[in-house]
Amino acid sequence: MNIQKIDFAGRLFSLLTLALAIIWAFPLYWALVTTLKPEFEVVQPGLNLLPKTWTLEAYTHVLTTTKIGVWYVNSIVVSLVVTFLVVLMGALCGYALSQLRFRGRTLLWFTVLASFMVPIQALIVTHFVLMSQFGLINTWLGIVLPQLIVPVVVIVYKQFFDSVPKDFREAARVDGASELNIFLRVYLPMNWGVTTALAIITFIGAWNSFLWPFLVSTSEETMTITVGITQVKENFGVQYARNLAAAVLAALPVAIAYLIFQRRVTQAIMLSAGIKG
Amino acid sequence: MQSSSRENWIAAAFVGPFVIAYLVLFLYPTVRMVILTFTDAPLIGEGAWVGFKNYVRLFNDKAYLNAVWHTFYFVLLTVIPNTLLGLVFAMMVNRQKGYMQSLILAAFFLPYILPVSVVFRIWEWIMDYQFGIAQYAFDAVLGERIAVFRNKYWVMPMIAFVTIWWTIGFNVLLFIAGLRNISQDMYDASALDGAGRWKQFRYITWPLIWPVTALVLTIQLILQLKIFDQLYLLTLGGNVNNSMVLVQYIYKQAFQLNKGGYGATVAFSLFVIIVVVSVLQYQALRAKPR
Repeated sequence: MNIQKIDFAGRLFSLLTLALAIIWAFPLYWALVTTLKPEFEVVQPGLNLLPKTWTLEAYTHVLTTTKIGVWYVNSIVVSLVVTFLVVLMGALCGYALSQLRFRGRTLLWFTVLASFMVPIQALIVTHFVLMSQFGLINTWLGIVLPQLIVPVVVIVYKQFFDSVPKDFREAARVDGASELNIFLRVYLPMNWGVTTALAIITFIGAWNSFLWPFLVSTSEETMTITVGITQVKENFGVQYARNLAAAVLAALPVAIAYLIFQRRVTQAIMLSAGIKG
Repeated sequence: MQSSSRENWIAAAFVGPFVIAYLVLFLYPTVRMVILTFTDAPLIGEGAWVGFKNYVRLFNDKAYLNAVWHTFYFVLLTVIPNTLLGLVFAMMVNRQKGYMQSLILAAFFLPYILPVSVVFRIWEWIMDYQFGIAQYAFDAVLGERIAVFRNKYWVMPMIAFVTIWWTIGFNVLLFIAGLRNISQDMYDASALDGAGRWKQFRYITWPLIWPVTALVLTIQLILQLKIFDQLYLLTLGGNVNNSMVLVQYIYKQAFQLNKGGYGATVAFSLFVIIVVVSVLQYQALRAKPR
């Protein structure tokens, strides 16, 4: 009898969990379904869970009347460059910190650790000054550069390179491999999983970043999509279907990346929080 | 350990890219920010040396003190709820099995990977004064519609709510990892001893999950002190003074009012606040719960 009681409580708990999950995901569904309605239907009262008239008008409107294509290209270029540079610099630096003995190694390591403290948001003023001195306001490079400081990537790589058995390194040295070769042929391939995870999470982060791209790109031509869809307004009428259609298009790449690489994304989040999984 | 000069050169080649980026894009801007705080420079261009004038102004600036207050108010509204709810959700997910578990986890986690602009568009629509579906709930409970993001009292709690909806997935993930590290044997043994669910939570789960809780609290605290994006977007067009936070005040002073020196001073104060708070929290959380 006791067992039955526990089971009942467990069932109720599961039901509650399911209900909560549905509530949590509902705003996503509601946004998505709104984009498939014509604008006049969007503002009709009541909770209409499905469109009465299905239409892609909102999407065609956004695609044809805004610069969303340009923003997409900007976002893709910026995010890919940020990802490539952050991962490459992090891997190289993490490798040196882990495997090489050199002057200033300890100092560098503590500097990397300490930089966690400095909020990047506090640097917006001087980043802007610097980028304007470089003449990089409203350029791809101007959006990219201040996003390159991601000390956590260095730390994660160092930890993983630390745990590669020393024998591999010794064997490669005996074969006369150069340091670069050991890095490229041994350490990097042995940690592809980490690299993939870090690359995906860096890409998502760069795609999603708002504050800096918002400050440095004032012209519609150089905006990333995250900034673009918030900055351009039509001056008349309600246009929730269109606004949300633009939002869906902006979310598409990261949503797809997440669905494909679910496990890697999870792993990367653990790693960047300091939990080695 | 002796390092030869050849090894030094090789190492320099490896750390070079990161170190150069670090010096130019991080250390230099940080130092420059501190120097700027002693000048009356505009955003772009030189300014005169004014000593501690900006700091004196800071402590007498009501708008600044308000921004500090709003920032801490936001921290209060988000950090602990987001952490505790994260633990509760993680325990809920952890009890499910198979594809059901993945599905429920995905529902909690999916919002976290969305860009802030998308989160903004979704909630602007749901909360819309005229057409938003949330207004039915406000109408039913309070008897009136509320323009939540323009209302002095509602704005911060609602943005905190949106923030929790958006970011809780991160906490849930960390807690699930922590929960899986707790051995099932402990629960089985305690069940044999007749411990109920609450006792199991109180004497097994809670103390053993505490390191993760402390980690999540720390990450949350530092993160929420830097609140800007969602707040800025959701209050666009409203009265920004109802909810002005520190990063937004930096933006206002430096970018909208062209006061680079004073903006840098506000920025530096944020930096100091974050360092002080994280040191304090680190000290406080090192203690283990009984």
